[in-house]
Amino acid sequence: MTLTYHLQIVNLLAALLLLISFAMLSQRRVVGLVALFAWQGAALALSTAIIAWSTGQHHLYYSAALTLALKVIAMPWYFYHLVKRLNVNRAVEPMINIPTTMLIGIVLVIFAFNLALPISEMSGTVTRSTLGIAIACVLLAFLMMITRTKAIPQVIGFLSMENGLFFAATSATYGMPLVVELGVALDVLVAVFVLGIFIFQIRETFDSLDLKNLEKLKDK
Amino acid sequence: MSVSLQLAQTLLAILLAPLLMGWVNQCRAWLQGRSAPPITQPYRTLRKLFHKDAVIAHNASPLFRFAPYMIFACMALAAGIVPTIANDLPFSPAADVIALVGVFALARVFLALAAMDIGTSFGSLGARREMLVSFLAEPALLMVFFTASLISQSTELPHIVETLAHKDFAIYPSLAFAAVAFWMITVAENARIPVDNPTTHLELTMIHEAMILEYSARHLALIEWAVALKLFTYSTLGIALFLPWGIAPHGDVAALPLALAAMVAKLALGGALLSFMEAISAKVRLFRAPEFLGTAFMLAVLGMLIHFLLEV
Repeated sequence: MTLTYHLQIVNLLAALLLLISFAMLSQRRVVGLVALFAWQGAALALSTAIIAWSTGQHHLYYSAALTLALKVIAMPWYFYHLVKRLNVNRAVEPMINIPTTMLIGIVLVIFAFNLALPISEMSGTVTRSTLGIAIACVLLAFLMMITRTKAIPQVIGFLSMENGLFFAATSATYGMPLVVELGVALDVLVAVFVLGIFIFQIRETFDSLDLKNLEKLKDK
Repeated sequence: MSVSLQLAQTLLAILLAPLLMGWVNQCRAWLQGRSAPPITQPYRTLRKLFHKDAVIAHNASPLFRFAPYMIFACMALAAGIVPTIANDLPFSPAADVIALVGVFALARVFLALAAMDIGTSFGSLGARREMLVSFLAEPALLMVFFTASLISQSTELPHIVETLAHKDFAIYPSLAFAAVAFWMITVAENARIPVDNPTTHLELTMIHEAMILEYSARHLALIEWAVALKLFTYSTLGIALFLPWGIAPHGDVAALPLALAAMVAKLALGGALLSFMEAISAKVRLFRAPEFLGTAFMLAVLGMLIHFLLEV
């Protein structure tokens, strides 16, 4: 190991991101999911700040601050109140049982690591080895969206996928230009509010947040 | 010199093991708001049991009498192999980590056989549950060991400790995963909450206690002692793999007092943490236990994958 300490810490945080992705896959309760999402954002913000500090890329500080404000404080707070108001914090079984989901998750991780190897060889950043973890996080979030039937876990899966993409951008190219990042952050924020309104509408129409109900709309 | 050190270390493990058990029980009682038994309570229990006359079922085979000695011997052997205060003692080359898993498995097989030997329904029920838990825990344990072995390029425990404790300090994310997995395995293998409750005698939930229901007096004392020794060995194993700083290097006698102090401090902390985790978690249904251990296995595999991605 010839890496400097802050890069080792970035590696540790990357591993933590992956761990949190798996924890989200196995979490049955929505409030637990929201808390895990906040932790994932915190790990992401911290690792971005450390990368900014160690490589001197100052615009990454803004990304880290933006992540902290939006994904650690604002969105979890909003989701928490949404869950309380809708009273949907019951343990729900996902479509595929959790041990099977975990096994699929491991297969996805192996796939992502293999996929990232040639890409990270082309990249010139010091953090390129974490690219595999970022892709794995994206795929795991995708898997979570597939296996959940309720609306709020799906939205959280979507946001967690955005976390993974953000981490991939940071580790492969030291992040996107600030304009793009601001745009994405705004988009995600708007998406959350729109989806929040959607969630209210779905519940008003069906008295439930199960997205299977949406299939009934076809025949009418 | 090193032979006497080896004997001293093994003896120390055997003698201190009930103390660790007493400490865990004491912490647990405090956290549950009960008045705690004295820390020496396990020794008193052992003395009481050794003074009693053994009652043995009529249809018990010699295996039933033999099993406690075998289990105790296995645990004492394992305690001798794991570097507790000094590294690279003469006993350590006897078994690497894979053989160590085998030693634990041998003890477990004898316990399960003895439980089924009497033919009571509780015995075979406990044996079957124990096998369900342990056949899931064992591959996870091996994976944890493989992660540590890949880092240090050896399956010998002294070599692993040497690499992690006395070389340049480095953060290994893979070891963090392995440590969490090892914690979960330790909880499951030592019959603690959330997999099993060491104090319960409720037929629906007990696993370990169901197997030793038929034992009494000196046999029960040996088994209880072996259980304490198993917790001690798993704890020192976890310390050797994940917190090895302070273990005296080979032939360094001057470092021994400090190593002993560090070991006692780490064990006290570990025991307190174990009872704290027990206090805040509820026992899961038996059929959730595979999920718990599946998670441990997954973490261990992830640790190994991350080693290949980040640390090679």
